[in-house]
Amino acid sequence: MKTEVPAGAAYRPRRDRLWFARTRSYTVFVLRELTSVFVAWSVAFLLMLVSAVLSGGLPEFVALAGRPWMIAINVVALAATAFHSVTFLNLAPKATVVRLDGYRLPAWMIQGGNHSLWLVVSAVIAFFVLRGFR
Amino acid sequence: MRRAEGVAVRRTPEPYLWLLFSGGGVVAALVLPVLVLLFGVLMPLGVVDWPTAGHLRGLLGNVLVRLALVVVVVLCLFHAAHRIRHTSEELLGLARFDLVIALFCYGGAIAGGVIAVMLMF
Repeated sequence: MKTEVPAGAAYRPRRDRLWFARTRSYTVFVLRELTSVFVAWSVAFLLMLVSAVLSGGLPEFVALAGRPWMIAINVVALAATAFHSVTFLNLAPKATVVRLDGYRLPAWMIQGGNHSLWLVVSAVIAFFVLRGFR
Repeated sequence: MRRAEGVAVRRTPEPYLWLLFSGGGVVAALVLPVLVLLFGVLMPLGVVDWPTAGHLRGLLGNVLVRLALVVVVVLCLFHAAHRIRHTSEELLGLARFDLVIALFCYGGAIAGGVIAVMLMF
């Protein structure tokens, strides 16, 4: 039996609702994309800290940050932001081709430079947060 | 390449959004893990002592630190907004609502940036 299709109706193939669970690479891809939620959370948490410091409410913020559920969220946020760092910094050689006198810099050198920079920036931030110049 | 006369060139903000996504990704990768590790995990668990309010106020008293923080907040939020927009559309099949989702995501990023500026300046 011929079914009538309205003129101009677009064909929509059926979606596989669990496409991200079909292969490991799809799952890793989606997990990598979902790190963005925790990037947003980390920024919100940072803004809450800044607000507390500037308004004199640091003790309340310390109490909130110390609640078990908040620590649990931040442990997941730490894993997510670290996963974001590793994957994003590793992607750099695909986006940037560096040539020195015709010699193409290998990917591991660019990635190594990025990860070294990550370590240095982290150490500088930790120094100023924890100690600073006294 | 020369454009044919009379051909309208459709302008799109996408290249600028991808640029913000990329810049925000780098900044988030370099800066966020150590901040979450210190303020979100190690200090609340008592592994590292909390800095005094005076020390943190002293850091925020420097205009360069506040400026850097605003840049970090804005870039990271645009990075997150761009990824959440595309991921939600791919994961949930919501591409036909792209305009609404984009407005919601980037609107949130702009709101966060405004809050950061109002807090620190």
